[in-house]
Parts: sequence; C-alpha cells; structure tokens
Amino acid sequence: MSEPRLVPAPEGAPERVQPPVSEAAAPFWDATRELRLVLQWCRACERAIHFPRVACPTCGGDDLAFRPAAGTGTVYACSTMPAPGNPGMAGRAPYVVALIDLPEGVRMLSSIVGDGALDVAVGDPVSIAWEPLADGRHLPVFVRA
Amino acid sequence: MRGAAAIVGVADAVSPTGELDGSVRALEVRMIREALDDAGLALADVDGLFCSTSPGWAPTMELAEHLGIAPTWTDTTITGGSSFEIHVEHAAAAIALGLCEVAVIVYAATPRSSFKRGGAGFASRQAGPGLTATAEWELAYGMRMPMGAYALAASRHLAQFGTTSEQLAQIAVDTRRWATMNPRARLQDPITVDDVLASPIQASPLHKLDCCLVTDGAGAVVLTSTERARTLRRPPALVLGTGTCHTHSMISEMPDLTVTGAAVSGPLAFERAGLTPADVDVAQIYDSFTITVLLLLEDLGFCPKGEGGGFVADGVLGPGGALPSNTTGGGLAYTHPGMFGIFLLVEAVRQLRGECGPRQVDGAEVALAHGSGGVLSAMSTVLLGTEATA
Repeated sequence: MSEPRLVPAPEGAPERVQPPVSEAAAPFWDATRELRLVLQWCRACERAIHFPRVACPTCGGDDLAFRPAAGTGTVYACSTMPAPGNPGMAGRAPYVVALIDLPEGVRMLSSIVGDGALDVAVGDPVSIAWEPLADGRHLPVFVRA
Repeated sequence: MRGAAAIVGVADAVSPTGELDGSVRALEVRMIREALDDAGLALADVDGLFCSTSPGWAPTMELAEHLGIAPTWTDTTITGGSSFEIHVEHAAAAIALGLCEVAVIVYAATPRSSFKRGGAGFASRQAGPGLTATAEWELAYGMRMPMGAYALAASRHLAQFGTTSEQLAQIAVDTRRWATMNPRARLQDPITVDDVLASPIQASPLHKLDCCLVTDGAGAVVLTSTERARTLRRPPALVLGTGTCHTHSMISEMPDLTVTGAAVSGPLAFERAGLTPADVDVAQIYDSFTITVLLLLEDLGFCPKGEGGGFVADGVLGPGGALPSNTTGGGLAYTHPGMFGIFLLVEAVRQLRGECGPRQVDGAEVALAHGSGGVLSAMSTVLLGTEATA
C-alpha cells in the first residue's frame, strides 16, 4: 500500500465544520489521526457498515469490529458546488461533493480534491487522501486515481 | 378502508409576492377556519388534529391549546414535505376505524418574510453543529442543502440512463405553463428550456430554474367519514388509497439514488385503491426539483425506470398533456414554504371539484397527490376520487 496522502486545506481557507464524534464511530475517527481509513464490520454478517452504528443494520447484532479499508473507491454520484454550502467552505468554491462506493461494499459522502477534481465524472476511480482537522483528526477526502 | 374517508374542506394562502402577512400561528388558525368553513364544519366538530411543526417541541399540543380544543386523536408525524400525505393516510385510517370523526391537517411557514426580517429563513432546515449523523458524516463536505443532495441524484440518473439537462428543464417549462394560468402563482411568466439552462447552476447539474421557490405559504385540509361528507357543503374527495415508505434520512444512506420509496408507496396506494397509473386524470407530484418529478414519475409507474427523460420530453405534464401535473405551477412556480405537501392535496381536491378555472383539467375523476420529504427520503402517495369513483 502506498504512503497515505495528506492534502492541506487551501491557503487562507477557514476550518471546515468539525465533525462531532459519536460513541460508535470513535475508532473510525481515532484511526484518522494516523491517516488510516477503517470501517466498521459486523462479524456475524461479515459485512462492512458505514456510517458506524451501535448495531448492525442488517442483523441487529452488536458483534462489531473495525478493520482497515483499501482506501480506493469509485465515484457513484458527484456535484460541483458553485458557492459554499456552509461558512466552513468559504473561499473553496467551486468544489466537488461526491458519493464514493468503496470496494468493501459501503458508500461515503466526501470531497474530490486535487488535480482534475472539477472534471471528475460518475464511474471514475478515486483514492483516499486526508485533510487535517483542527483537533488532530483528519477528514477523509478523495483524489482522482 | 377504500373510500371510507374523504377530504371535505381545503384552504391555502399564497401570494405572488411570495410573502404573507401575519405570524405562522395566525396563518395556521386562519387556514383551519377557512378549511372548516369550506366544509361547513366548525372548530367544535374537530376531534383529530395533525400538524408537524411548531415553535416548541409539541406541535399538536401547542396548536390545540391555542385553539382551545381537546382532540382525542393527535399526530405530529414529520417527514418533511410528505408529512401531510402521511397525515391524510393516518387520518383516513383513524376515521375508517371510528377512532376519529373530523380531522384537521394544517401547515404554515414564512421563511421568505422571516429571512427578510433577519431570521434564519430556509436555512433553519440545515443541520446544526450538534451530534447528529448529518453533522458527523456530511456537514464537513459543504454540500449545499437541500439542492446538493438532489444534484447527486440527478448526476447519477444522467450518467446511468443518459437523461439530459434539457429533459429535466422540460419539467420546469411545463410546470410554468400551468403557473401562467394561476394568478396566485409566484412566477407567472412562461419560460423555455434555454431559459432553464441559462439560469445559474445551484449544484451541478441543477440550475436555478430546476429548483423550487422559497416563499411564505399556508394550507389546511379537513377530513371526515364519507358518510358524513355526503351531508356537507362540498363534493367530497374520497381517499381511495394511500401508501408510505421512507428509505433513509441522509442522501449518503439512500440505497439507490435513482429509486425512491415511491416505488413502494405508489404500488401500495394503487393496489389499495384498485387503480393503475393509467387511471390518474391529474397528478400533483412534489416538485422540489425537476429531478424529483422525474424520479417520482418512474417510481409511481407512469413510465419505466430510466425512461423518465423521454417520457417528459414532449410536454406530457403540461396543459393538454396526457398527464396534467402540478397544475398550480407547483413548488417550482406557485409556492414553496419549505414543505409543499399540503398544497398538493389542496389542488388535487380543487381539481376533483372542478374549481380550477382556466387550469381546470376537464373531467378529472381521479387525482394523485404524492409527497416527498427530506432528501428523497420519505414518500407518501394519496389517491383521491370523486363520488363517481366510490
């Protein structure tokens, strides 16, 4: 696996809205401190779960564990925002919001950043990158593969 | 339960200025009075109260207290714009079981005038910084809401089925043709596909004219048993069938962005009504965005999945079309105070009564009102009919 890729916020950009941490998702956010993408799995169903929950949405069980994810994905849907959606995105527009299908079988909302981001299309391959958050966590974003 | 309950009174308040005088509470009370007057009923007859929003945490308790009534059936179900179709379903069921005799459903909101006065306006719908799933998994990415979520669905439909922005624009064009015949509509000038495509992108691929309005607005409907309805002032609109399904709350959790819960709620409603999409004379299909209408036409069974673009391309939804839809001008041109579902019901009833003047659909016997709430999250279908359909 290649080195995790860090992408700084654009110069002068305000901090993004800081995601709160739910109890169920604490291991997910902790792993982002080390630039690691982990996903919650149900050990009974052997299915990945995202977002992390207190119980498996398939079987209702609570035998859950976090496992490393490949860090790759495919664009399922994408939209360019011509203006910021909230004050945390001031100065970044236009930017791309996308739904990413991960090979583990789950979907995440995220940003496409970096070279060619504005030209990204449904079906394009992408890979994980990390943008620093103020508290030492990192926000998972994606770059074109 | 088919035809056991009926809508017997309706009212709505909108203005071409987009703004209404009076507080939300004053508008709610006015709408209840007008809808009861329309039915020939009085507040003392009301034993069922339905509303989904209020300044506090207990909408029906606060409203009933203000009205000075003590309802024995109460329902504050909130699913966004489809709340009111769900309220009709719940009210019709309660009436059919004899648990409720006269039900009032009411909604008022003034996002446009409150924004002008420095309030939060429509932005109050956005998730705050609290510990919600939306704050944890979506907010940091800055998706413009609600248009960003619908733009994602549109991007997927375009990519998967070859639907075009021109086809989406045609929905806005045909909806506006209805609005040109409605002197109460916010936007009454005709538009072209080129006008839609030339309007600014709000979240690609959706343009400004693909998006609903932000206006003040209010409405109410009154239901009672069909038996009692026959003694009242107006021709009843019978509740022939209903269906509801919600599939997610956040757009990132929608299982398939090209298939909504209407693929469940629609068939449920048609089966319960003993009808098919071909029986619908006039449709009120929640047009928060053009893509919403396209998805719902497919899911409700008016055309096969993926073929909505071709289905709408020749003006089928407009005046003279095979499926006259959103005959007020819809959320795109009539009014949209945050939740449009009540207006779908009011217009469906007026069409069945033949009250719609220049925009009246001749011989309308079966009307569909379909609400969509959240971000394509909560779907509810109501099929109404005249006495001839009983």
